[in-house]
Amino acid sequence: MSNDRALSWPALRHATPARIGLGRRGAGLPTAAHLDFQLAHARARDAVHAPFDAKTVAARVRDCGLEPILLRSAARDRLIYLRRPDLGRRLDTESRERLIARPKSPIDIAFVIADGLSATAVHAHAGALLAATLDRLDPALCIGPVAIVEGGRVAIGDEIGGILGAALAAVLIGERPGLSAADSLGVYVTWQPAPGTVDSARNCLSNIHAAGLPIVHAAERLAALLKAARDYRMTGVALGQRLAAVASPQIDQGG
Amino acid sequence: MGYAETLGGTRYVFSDLKTLLARATPPRSGDRLAGVAAADMTERVAAQRALADLRLRPLIEDPVVPYEADEITRLIIDTHNPDAFAPIAAMTVGELRDWLLSDAADTAALTRLAAGLTPEIVAAVSKIMRLQDLVSVAAKCRVVTRFRNTIGLDGRLSTRLQPNHPTDDVRGIAASILDGLMLGSGDAVIGINPATDSLQKYLELTRFLDQLRERLDLPGQGCVLAHVTTAIAAIEHGAPVDLVFQSVAGTEAANRHFGVDLALLREAREAALSLGRGSIGTNVMYFETGQGSALSAEAHHDVDQQTLEARAYAVARAFDPLLVNSVVGFIGPEYLFDGKEIIRAGLEDHFCGKLLGLPMGCDVCYTNHAEADQDDMDALLTLLGVAGCTYIMGVPGADDVMLSYQSSSFHDALYLRRVLDKRPAPEFETWLERMGIADAYGNLIGPERTDIAAAPLRRLLAALE
Repeated sequence: MSNDRALSWPALRHATPARIGLGRRGAGLPTAAHLDFQLAHARARDAVHAPFDAKTVAARVRDCGLEPILLRSAARDRLIYLRRPDLGRRLDTESRERLIARPKSPIDIAFVIADGLSATAVHAHAGALLAATLDRLDPALCIGPVAIVEGGRVAIGDEIGGILGAALAAVLIGERPGLSAADSLGVYVTWQPAPGTVDSARNCLSNIHAAGLPIVHAAERLAALLKAARDYRMTGVALGQRLAAVASPQIDQGG
Repeated sequence: MGYAETLGGTRYVFSDLKTLLARATPPRSGDRLAGVAAADMTERVAAQRALADLRLRPLIEDPVVPYEADEITRLIIDTHNPDAFAPIAAMTVGELRDWLLSDAADTAALTRLAAGLTPEIVAAVSKIMRLQDLVSVAAKCRVVTRFRNTIGLDGRLSTRLQPNHPTDDVRGIAASILDGLMLGSGDAVIGINPATDSLQKYLELTRFLDQLRERLDLPGQGCVLAHVTTAIAAIEHGAPVDLVFQSVAGTEAANRHFGVDLALLREAREAALSLGRGSIGTNVMYFETGQGSALSAEAHHDVDQQTLEARAYAVARAFDPLLVNSVVGFIGPEYLFDGKEIIRAGLEDHFCGKLLGLPMGCDVCYTNHAEADQDDMDALLTLLGVAGCTYIMGVPGADDVMLSYQSSSFHDALYLRRVLDKRPAPEFETWLERMGIADAYGNLIGPERTDIAAAPLRRLLAALE
C-alpha cells in the first residue's frame, strides 16, 4: 500500500464495477441510484421470462447450412421450468419420439441450443457463435442436426446427444442473468453424452457476451475445446488435467 | 413408528418421524422437488396437529438420519445436555411453542435451555409457528461472541462488509471496503469471497486485510471465505488468519460434498486458535449455511430442507463460532421459489440458530431467477431487525459483482439501525467516531450529497499510506 497513485479515491473507484460512492439521502439511496438498480433488475427479470423465439434461431441455424430440429423439454411452462430443474433436463414425450424416429447416421459433434435462464442471450449470441465456431472446425467433421430446445437445462444435451448417437455434444445455453449482463451465454461440452452424465464430466465456457468473452474469442476457445475433446476422447475434469499437463491455458474448465 | 391425525372423518397417516416433519413444513419448492412435501394444505395442517401432540423425547431418540450412518446425528445425540433439557423434558412440541412464547421464557431461561435443545426440536416447533412467533421468541435470545470486538449485545446490529471483486483485484476490493467503512459497515467482519480458491490468492488477500486493519487501527476482523483446507495451509505458511470460514450442511454426506467432516473442522479451529490473534475473545470460526444444500448434494435422506438446515447449526455450534449466517435466497427458486418462501425461511433459520445458541446473522438475498425483488428483501430485512438478528451483509449497492446475486447494502444497514435505534458493536462505534465518520450517537456525519464524505475519507486514505 505504498503506491500513492493506488490510493487516490478516483483510482480506487475505477478499479471495481461495484456500486460504490452512491451517496445517501438519510439512510436511503438517491433516486438515480435506486432507479439504476431497478432498471438492471428489470432487464435481468425480463431476460429470465423472455419468450423463446425458436423459429428465428432455427433460421440462423439454416444460414449455417445445418438442419434445425425444434424440441421441448418436459417442463411445460416457465414457472414449472424454474421450480423443477429435473424436468428441464429431459425431453417431453413427443419430442423424444420424434427424435428417435429420425434416420441414424454417424455424428462427430451435435450442437444443442437451449433457452436456459436467458432466451435473450440465445437470441443475441447463439447463431453468431455457432457460425463463428463452424468456421474454425475441420470441414471434414460430421456435424449433426442442431436441436433447438425450449425449456432446456444443460443436461438435456445428454439425452439429445445420446439419441442422435453423437460422439460429442455442445450445448449453447442462456446463463442466469446478472445485474451487469442479462445476455450472457454459456457452452457445455460433453464427450459421449448420455443421460446420467455428471457435471464433472463436462467442460464449460461461460460469460459469453459483448462485455465479457466476445463471440470471436469464444468461438476460438470452443473450437479448441472441441478439438481437444476429440483428440483425447474425453471431457471434464480429466480433460482439464490432461490439458494442464500439456500446458494449454486457453481452455476453461468446470461448469 | 407411525403417526396419524383424523380430521373430519379423514385419517392422515405419516409413516415415520421425518415424514411427519416434512409434511408439517410450510410450503417451499425444495420439499416439493424432493417429493416430501404435503399433498395439500389440509394434509399439512393435519401433520402440524400431529406434530404439536408429539412428545419432545422421540425427536431425540428417533433421529431423522440414523445414528450409525451419520456423524452429525452422533454429534447431536452425544452432546445433548439432559440437565438443560430437563425443564422441557415432559412437554409436547405444542407445549414447547406455548412455553417459548410465554413470559416465563425470558432471556436467561432461553440461554440456559440452549444446550438441551436439538436441531430436530427447534425445527419441529418452528413448523407450527407464524412469522410473528419466530420473531418474538428470537428477539428474546441473546448470544454474544468476541474476537477483536463484541458482537450480539442488546440494541446492536452488526454487518459483514462484503467487498467482492470479479477478479480479486486488491485495489477494487479496497475501494469497496472504504466505501463500506464510510457508511459505517464492517464490524462483524470484513469478509471477501475470492473468485479463485487458490492458496496464493488466499495469502495475498489475508495479508492485505491484516495490513489494512493495522493501518486503520480497526477494532474488527478479516476473513477470506475459501475452503477450510486452504485456510489450514495458509496458517501453515504463517498467514495472519483471523477467522476460518466454511460452508456446512446438516448431514455427513452433504458435508463430504463440501469436502469437510467434523475432524477437519476441529483441525481448522485448532490451527486458528494456535495463532492467538483475538484480542478480547477466542471465537475464531465463521460458518455459512442454507436450506436446500443437502438436497442439492443428493444427501438429504428424504428429510425436509428446513430440518436439515437446523442440523447444520449443530455442526456450527460444536466449534464456538464468532459468526453464523444462512445465505437464504442464494440457492435459487427450485429450493425457495419466491419472496414469501425466502422471507419465511430467513426467519426460521434465524430463530433456530438463536435458540440453539448461535450468533445468528442472515444474508438477506435473492437471485434473478427467483420471484423476488428489493421490496421482498426490505420486508425480510425489517423483520430480521425486529427479531434481533445479529448481523446482515453489507454489499455496495446490494449488487455482488462477483457472485452475481443481490444481498443487503451498506444503506440497508443504515436504514435498519435508524428505524430500530440500533448501533454497531461498541468498539467499532468508538472507532467510527474517532475517524470522524459518525458522531457519538452513531449517526453518520458526512455530507449526503457528495458521493463520499471528503474529510474522513482523506483520513482513511492517509492512514493507509
